[in-house]
Amino acid sequence: MGNELIDFVIVSVALLAIGIYGLSVKRNAIRMLFAIEIIINAANLNLVAFGRFIPHSGGQTLALFSIAIAAAEVAVGLSLIIVAYRMYKNIDIADFRSLKG
Amino acid sequence: MVDAAFLALSVITIGSAIAALELRSLIYGSIALMGTLGGVAGFFLLLDSPFVALFQIAVYVGSIAVLILFTVMLVKRELIFKKIEDPKRKWAGIGLMLIFMVAIGAIILDSGLKSVTTDEPPVDFREIGDDFLTYYWPALILMALILAGSVTGALVLARREDEISG
Repeated sequence: MGNELIDFVIVSVALLAIGIYGLSVKRNAIRMLFAIEIIINAANLNLVAFGRFIPHSGGQTLALFSIAIAAAEVAVGLSLIIVAYRMYKNIDIADFRSLKG
Repeated sequence: MVDAAFLALSVITIGSAIAALELRSLIYGSIALMGTLGGVAGFFLLLDSPFVALFQIAVYVGSIAVLILFTVMLVKRELIFKKIEDPKRKWAGIGLMLIFMVAIGAIILDSGLKSVTTDEPPVDFREIGDDFLTYYWPALILMALILAGSVTGALVLARREDEISG
C-alpha cells in the first residue's frame, strides 16, 4: 500500500477548510448545506483512514453510522429550506429574520 | 509516497469541492458536489473499505445529491443563478481558510502521524456486520428510529398548508 495515513489526513484537512470557508462566506442556504456536506465527508474520510491504519473495524462502522445520520440531516435541512423559501420567496439567509429580537 | 490514483482523486475531490461552492449556477454546483462525494468514495476504495465506498455512492451520490438537485429545481430561476454572498466577508473567509489549513496542517505534520504505516491486512466487511449486530445493535435501532422520524418530519414540514382542506 503506497499511500500513508498522513496523505489522507491532509486531504481531509483541506476539505474541512473549504467547508469552513463556504459556511462563513456564503449566504445562500443551499450552498451552506453543500459546505456542511463537505465537512461531514472530511470527517468520514478521517474515520475510515484511521480505522484502516490501526487496523480496527470501528472506523468503518462509525463512518456508516455517520453517513446514515447525514442523510437524515439533509432531508430535514432541505425541507426547512423549502418551507423558508415558501415563506420569504428567497433563499438568502439574511432575509430569514423574523425570529430576530 | 502517494500513487497516481491518489493524486488524481485528490485533485478531483478538492477541485470539485471548490467548484461546488464557487460556480455561479446552483445546478452545476450540485453536480460538482456529486464529484466531491464520488471522490471521497474513491478514497474509501483506496483505503480497502469497499463496503463503505458502495454505501457512500448509494446514499450520497445516489440519493442526497438527487434530493439537492430536486430542491434546487423548486427554487425560482433568478435565485439559482444569483450569487448571494458578502464581498467584504469573502476575503476574510479565504484568509480564515488558509490560516486554518496552514495551522492544522503544520500541527499534523509535526505530530507523529507521519511515520504511521501498516502492513496488516485490511478489515474484512464481515467484521462490520458483526459489529452492527453485536456491540452496536442499540445504536442501529436508534439510527433506524432517527431515520424514520426525520423522514416523517421532513414530509410534515414540507407539506403545503393550503392544500390540506382541498
